[in-house]
Amino acid sequence: MHSTAEPLPRDQFNTELVSQVRPPDWQNPEPADRYNMVIIGAGTAGLVTAAGVAGLGGKVALIERHLMGGDCLNTGCVPSKTIIRSSRVAQDIREAEAFGVHVPYEPVQIDFASVMERMRRLRAHISHHDSAKRFQQLGADVFLGEARFVGPDSMEVAGKRLCFRKAVIATGARPMVPPIPGLAEAGYLTNETVFNLTKRPERLAVIGGGPLGCELAQAFCRLGCRVTFVQKHPQFLPLEERDAAQILGRVLERDGIDIRLNSGVEQISVSGKEKLVAVVSDGNKQTIAVDEIVVGVGRAPNVEGLNLEAARVRYDTEKGVWVNDFLQTSNTRIYAAGDVCLQHKFTHMAEAAARIVVQNALFLGRKRVSALTVPWCTYTDPEIAHVGMYVTEARQKRIDVKTFTIPLGDVDRAITDGEGDGFVKIHIREGSDKIIGATIVARHAGEMISEISLAMVAGVGLTTISTVIHPYPTQAEAIKRAADAYNRTRLKPWAKSLSTRWLAWTR
Amino acid sequence: MFQSSYFKLQPYSPCYLCVLCASVVNICEKSGYMTEEILHELQRDTFDFFMHETNPANGLVPDNTNSGAPSSIAAVGLSLAAYTVGVERGFMARAEASQRTLAALRFFWNSPQGPEPDVTGYKGFFYHFLDMQTGRRAWKCELSTIDTTFLIAGALAAAAYFASDSEDEREISTLADALFRRVDWRWALNGKATVAHGWKPESGFLNYRWEGYNEAILLYALGLGSPTFPLPPESYRAFTCTYQWENLYGCDFLFAGPLFIHQLSHVWIDFRGIQDEFMRAKGIDYFENTRRATLLQQQYAIRNPLEFEGYGEHCWGLTAGAGPGPATRRIHGMQRRFYSYEARGIPYGPDDGTIAPWAAVASLPFAPEIVLPAINYINNIHHELLSEYGYLCSFNPTFANESQGETGRTGWISNAYYGLDQGPIVLMIENYRTGFFWQLMRRCHYLATGLRRAGFRGGWL
Repeated sequence: MHSTAEPLPRDQFNTELVSQVRPPDWQNPEPADRYNMVIIGAGTAGLVTAAGVAGLGGKVALIERHLMGGDCLNTGCVPSKTIIRSSRVAQDIREAEAFGVHVPYEPVQIDFASVMERMRRLRAHISHHDSAKRFQQLGADVFLGEARFVGPDSMEVAGKRLCFRKAVIATGARPMVPPIPGLAEAGYLTNETVFNLTKRPERLAVIGGGPLGCELAQAFCRLGCRVTFVQKHPQFLPLEERDAAQILGRVLERDGIDIRLNSGVEQISVSGKEKLVAVVSDGNKQTIAVDEIVVGVGRAPNVEGLNLEAARVRYDTEKGVWVNDFLQTSNTRIYAAGDVCLQHKFTHMAEAAARIVVQNALFLGRKRVSALTVPWCTYTDPEIAHVGMYVTEARQKRIDVKTFTIPLGDVDRAITDGEGDGFVKIHIREGSDKIIGATIVARHAGEMISEISLAMVAGVGLTTISTVIHPYPTQAEAIKRAADAYNRTRLKPWAKSLSTRWLAWTR
Repeated sequence: MFQSSYFKLQPYSPCYLCVLCASVVNICEKSGYMTEEILHELQRDTFDFFMHETNPANGLVPDNTNSGAPSSIAAVGLSLAAYTVGVERGFMARAEASQRTLAALRFFWNSPQGPEPDVTGYKGFFYHFLDMQTGRRAWKCELSTIDTTFLIAGALAAAAYFASDSEDEREISTLADALFRRVDWRWALNGKATVAHGWKPESGFLNYRWEGYNEAILLYALGLGSPTFPLPPESYRAFTCTYQWENLYGCDFLFAGPLFIHQLSHVWIDFRGIQDEFMRAKGIDYFENTRRATLLQQQYAIRNPLEFEGYGEHCWGLTAGAGPGPATRRIHGMQRRFYSYEARGIPYGPDDGTIAPWAAVASLPFAPEIVLPAINYINNIHHELLSEYGYLCSFNPTFANESQGETGRTGWISNAYYGLDQGPIVLMIENYRTGFFWQLMRRCHYLATGLRRAGFRGGWL
């Protein structure tokens, strides 16, 4: 079930956070007779929908059972990125000598408690964006409590009945927990609890090599934990391009993480203060003693407790609420957005879905999810960002695809930055300059991928990108270099021959 | 000379690296600093690995020359292929070659097969590593589909070569045929479209499959050509579906990072002029692709993005091989991870500064204009690499030997020879010099059938 635990510790920052996103003295308003839209869940999808409807003059109710801001603010993007930033600083200091900067103290001293306090402070600082008060001021009726459908056009929250013309289910997802014997008894951390730590676990096991596992394993390793990283697949980020995942794997190994690919956890037991993790690989078992275990094996949609049957909304516990391409559920009055219904469980995807819902639900729109160009990024160091199709996906659809690759080791700014581990790969439909996808591995790949996303959305091909002046020196120049490489392939031998003759004639 | 016609056979749009290299060809030919004798000597010395390291009782060849190393079945396959060259070159007598071949084939045919963990093989496949004396599974290793492929290919090469009416040679032919027919390629699909890397009695099929461009073209060709348990044609389509056609350094090629991937099927198959559906669409063949991959390896070494010692125009070749690690050293203030045996590749790595001379030599038929100067360079500048069986596996000028205390010109040098490196050197020098081995393998109708079923057309097919 979804965690309702309060963020710990109860310090001034978490108190401030809670005062913003779940004010203890909050009084739910008296419901209107009927709402244009009622939204269950005040995570990214719910907040964007509520702001959109309220901004357009609609009567909207926003319901949250835990903390407004959802995973992104409280237990996801915001806290993880602040910690990642600290871990990058630590790593930069370790490698300072390569840049001619002498650091007198070695090893690097890390005050883990301060790292976590910084995270809590910045999270609290950002939290006013998602606060109950702010959304009330925007014009939404904010209800704190458990929502439950009582009919196809009504629901109850905290003993009050809300009737709606349209509704949106935006209840998000929660971390899945693998069925490992002994895990529950030994205790474990997920993204919902790992940011409550105030003391560094000296030895940490991370189970699951998806984006969350990779980010946390690297960050905690760089913050001084001895990390054992267990992944059942042959590579980390199994959905990403193999070359990207392999670069990441080598970086994690270089950072000092004990990597166990093709491995599973057979069972976990407790001995004194230690947790003993039995890792099995190719039939060989090894027991690893750790202080904490982080689990990151995927996310399960929050569909329980909503009485979706009463609303005639179809769902399952694996994929979540069933929606069509317009994000409409089996009840045409009710839509869904965000992690509860989408394959791509990203904050920016939830935001895009929310915009679709507002248009489709309230303004007779016909916007499709499948038409979205969705980038994503794993915030390891280097970051791995992707947009559009992968090569394998394109080839399975019998699309003739060609990739223009620029290794960052060939890009001046990446060389001067000492950040040559990575590449820009842009996939085009062969015979044209149409971009069908791209993968970037770079320290700030998440910042760079938007240029490709923009090009794809705007229908701009590599020919045009090659005419765009990029500031020199930047790492994003690699994108232009890829476009230039494409342009060179357009120079056919006959054209070259013609050009040579012309230049000879005009000499 | 055979190689002089290679480039006339390539009616493809030029990649700019090829144009750059055209002038180098002339320089090489004119200066004549690479003599036939040097190639001959390297080929003979390398061949001696198989002559001296093989267990004559069972034909097993050690994976490497380190003490106590088990046999690698791929190395056995390469030894069977090398014997045919050895006879042609006068390195050994035909009778001795046929006896050695028979010893190996009899061993593999009679060795125990089954699901038990300590036998030699299962379902016609064999374990990757075997005890040199007993021939039983070593190191709890995997039943290997690709290494079995190289073993079977060696057996089929022997059958094609030892084709006289003598009793010994008839037995070679019979045993090779029986070994090939026994391999249950369909089982290795394990219900999916592509072939699994391997299987272990303790844990079942490995997680990996032969996907992405790699050395498995030979595996699929033999599997498709099987008269008993043929792979379905869809398996090859599924394999090629995972290809990546990339433009790197201005050159289009079918991507694979380590150089051995571009060579190990090519040792056996003459890809000149034959194309599958993928290559037809690209307008080149796999021979040309390996040529480009070789030129890109040189380009990478010239660019040397990670600033390793020694890399350059004549010192290149990232592939699978031994390395100085596992170790982490601070080089120019940066933490550098050094690997032990690893498949190194370009441009994404892993690259720890380790160069494998055999990788360059195995590209001799594809890009002699850069390989011959590379051989010359190694012989003159890094002559410490030359020992009793030709080039030692690899070296790393960046990694200082503990005993040296500092980085010398050659730095760390592998102290071992590997059968998987020695075989391609012998066979690719021969393919460059006369094309003999490629011609021999053309006679293997199972291979030709498999290639046709994979969709290859044109040229000698």
